[in-house]
Amino acid sequence: MEQAAHHAEHELDPALEYSSSKLGMWLFLGTEILLFGGLFAAYAIFRAKFPEMFSEQHKELDIFKGGLNTVVLIFSSLTMAIAVWAAQKGDKKKVVIFMVITIICGLIFGVVKYFEYSAKLDHHIYPSTSIFFGLYYLMTGLHMIHVFVGLCILGVIAYLAHIGKFTKDYYTPVEVGGLYWHLVDLIWIYLFPLLYLVG
Amino acid sequence: MANGTAHDTMAEPSFYEPKGFMSWLLTTDHKRIGIMYLVTISFFFLVGGVFALLMRYELLTPEADFLSPHTYNVFFTMHGSLMVFFFIVPGVAASLGNFLIPLMIGARDVAFPKLNLGSYWVYLAGTAILFGALLQPADTGWTYYTPYSVQSQTDVVLITLGVFVLGFSSILTGMNFIVTIHKLRCPGMTWSRLPLFIWASYATAILQLLATPVVGITLLLLIAERTLGIGFFDPAKGGDPILFQNFFWFYSHPAVYIMVIPAFGIISEIIPVFAKKPIFGYKAIAYSSFAIAIISFFVWLHHMFVSGISETAAAIFSFLTMLVAIPTAIKVFNWTATMYRGSISLESPMLYALSFLFLFTIGGLTGVYLGALAVDVHLHDTYFVVAHMHYVMIGGTVFGFFGAIHFWYSKWFGRMFNELVAKIAWFFFFVGFNVTFFPQFFMGVQGMPRRYATYPAEFQTYHEISTYGSWILAVGVVIMFVNLIAGLFSKEKAPVNQYGSLSLEFTVPSPPPHENFKDIPTVTDWTYGYGKK
Repeated sequence: MEQAAHHAEHELDPALEYSSSKLGMWLFLGTEILLFGGLFAAYAIFRAKFPEMFSEQHKELDIFKGGLNTVVLIFSSLTMAIAVWAAQKGDKKKVVIFMVITIICGLIFGVVKYFEYSAKLDHHIYPSTSIFFGLYYLMTGLHMIHVFVGLCILGVIAYLAHIGKFTKDYYTPVEVGGLYWHLVDLIWIYLFPLLYLVG
Repeated sequence: MANGTAHDTMAEPSFYEPKGFMSWLLTTDHKRIGIMYLVTISFFFLVGGVFALLMRYELLTPEADFLSPHTYNVFFTMHGSLMVFFFIVPGVAASLGNFLIPLMIGARDVAFPKLNLGSYWVYLAGTAILFGALLQPADTGWTYYTPYSVQSQTDVVLITLGVFVLGFSSILTGMNFIVTIHKLRCPGMTWSRLPLFIWASYATAILQLLATPVVGITLLLLIAERTLGIGFFDPAKGGDPILFQNFFWFYSHPAVYIMVIPAFGIISEIIPVFAKKPIFGYKAIAYSSFAIAIISFFVWLHHMFVSGISETAAAIFSFLTMLVAIPTAIKVFNWTATMYRGSISLESPMLYALSFLFLFTIGGLTGVYLGALAVDVHLHDTYFVVAHMHYVMIGGTVFGFFGAIHFWYSKWFGRMFNELVAKIAWFFFFVGFNVTFFPQFFMGVQGMPRRYATYPAEFQTYHEISTYGSWILAVGVVIMFVNLIAGLFSKEKAPVNQYGSLSLEFTVPSPPPHENFKDIPTVTDWTYGYGKK
């Protein structure tokens, strides 16, 4: 059984695995953008339909907390990029350190978001309050799920890095996980101005 | 396992070794995963078929005397949801694609074997949710149109969640196939030598990647609408039900081609083998798949001509819809030209392929009727649409799919079915299909609306013929399944190359060993050099 399992699990050579995984992840990121694309389309349609609602109600959103989260996420993208750079150099220690910083940033983002959501709920603002808040909750909520998934992925990869799975010649998961994290960051960079600033 | 020395000897163990339930559930072998898809989708095909038969039985008389109207609504919802989301969309591409793509391009497996197994598991998770949804089954139709799907007392959330989960499986499989086709082609397998099934699978995978996320978000919005009370689709809250239709068809029209393009690939593989001639117009067939895939994203509004859209938009989309007919016709003409002066042998796969040409042409041309604005106003939501859709989905996809099962059966299972019985089954299926659905064109033109358990007495003759046809069709399907299952137990082993195909998958033993090829082959010519040697 064990032998058979090993037999079936053919190993690609690292260079091919690297380029395959990157291609696969880029394709997947494309589908993620399309997933959010539906929400962006809904945003555009309803904003055109109810400009007053959007300009009135966006004032309810907490620009400070949203802005703080934006800074935190952009900073985490930087640390993630440094982690990938360290992986390319084979510097195991730096990979782990910078990935942990990235993860901490993600957690800070989640905590801030928690306070933001609970403040909204305290003010009796629910997804059903209006189309604008429906969009706000859905867009940021779906993004929050992606942050959570990203944190799980980064956690596993950081652990793998810690136990020495990666070398200068093989660090595909770090790179691919990093790509995913950058997308999570990028989507927020669009969500923040659309919801908090432009309204 | 016990015979660790087995692959040092001449006969490598087939991919069916070792046996055991867990070794299947945890396999990363693309052939096993393909077979698991095949078994699962066959199950859903049969269940969906039973729903259809019961509906047809109800329609034997004008009154609702067998099923209550609500049960009837539930049945057509389940029939549509099962057949579309659980059988055709995931199944045909994933079962055949998994089994054939690595073999055809000379690879040992797909690019991400573990992810491939994961996709199957996600698919199973989707089906598990579906079974939960059956406790209080939805009655909205498989399109889940708002506002009714928001108001319905039935469990719309669970079934749409099931479809949402299936979408992930579809996305991951499509991504896997694209990377596989890009990265794992064997030496010499250039793009212009790729089997046309691979071209078709590639086009299908692109559609899966581009369209599925959109239906995912659409269904999420619907779920949020029901659970959180957001009003995106509710006019009372400022929302717009038409938005749901736009979102839904933006996915679901390309999804039609997710269903049928793999069948185009199958037909391109079968016809040259049985006509003993090289495929005619290789590039035209390959590129037209992509043309169809691209155009399919710009036609979704033709489902909504009577939904209250602007006339300009309707005119543009009508024009774009007509455009689909061009690449489709290119394919049909090329397949026909392939057979010209060939020495055609009419074995069961070829019978299915020829039926495909005939039936899909009817399905395609009636699609042009429906794409014409003025005609559509008259035919919209009538049995004409039902008949058109089934001529494309069954006459096209299912006939192609059954042809593929017969064509590659020997390779999958290393055994053979009874050819005579297979032909008899095909005959019943072909006749039954036409008797069932051809009268529906006439009904539709005369104004018989779809999705009703009852109808005016004047339509009864047509409905009777249609119901009798469904029984003939069912007999054909039963004979076919019995024959295929009986074939598994036949003593006779199938040869390596049953029909004299030149494609790579017919160079390995039947059934193939793990990792397919002892040594990765090198290709020096395309796979369609028939009749030259």
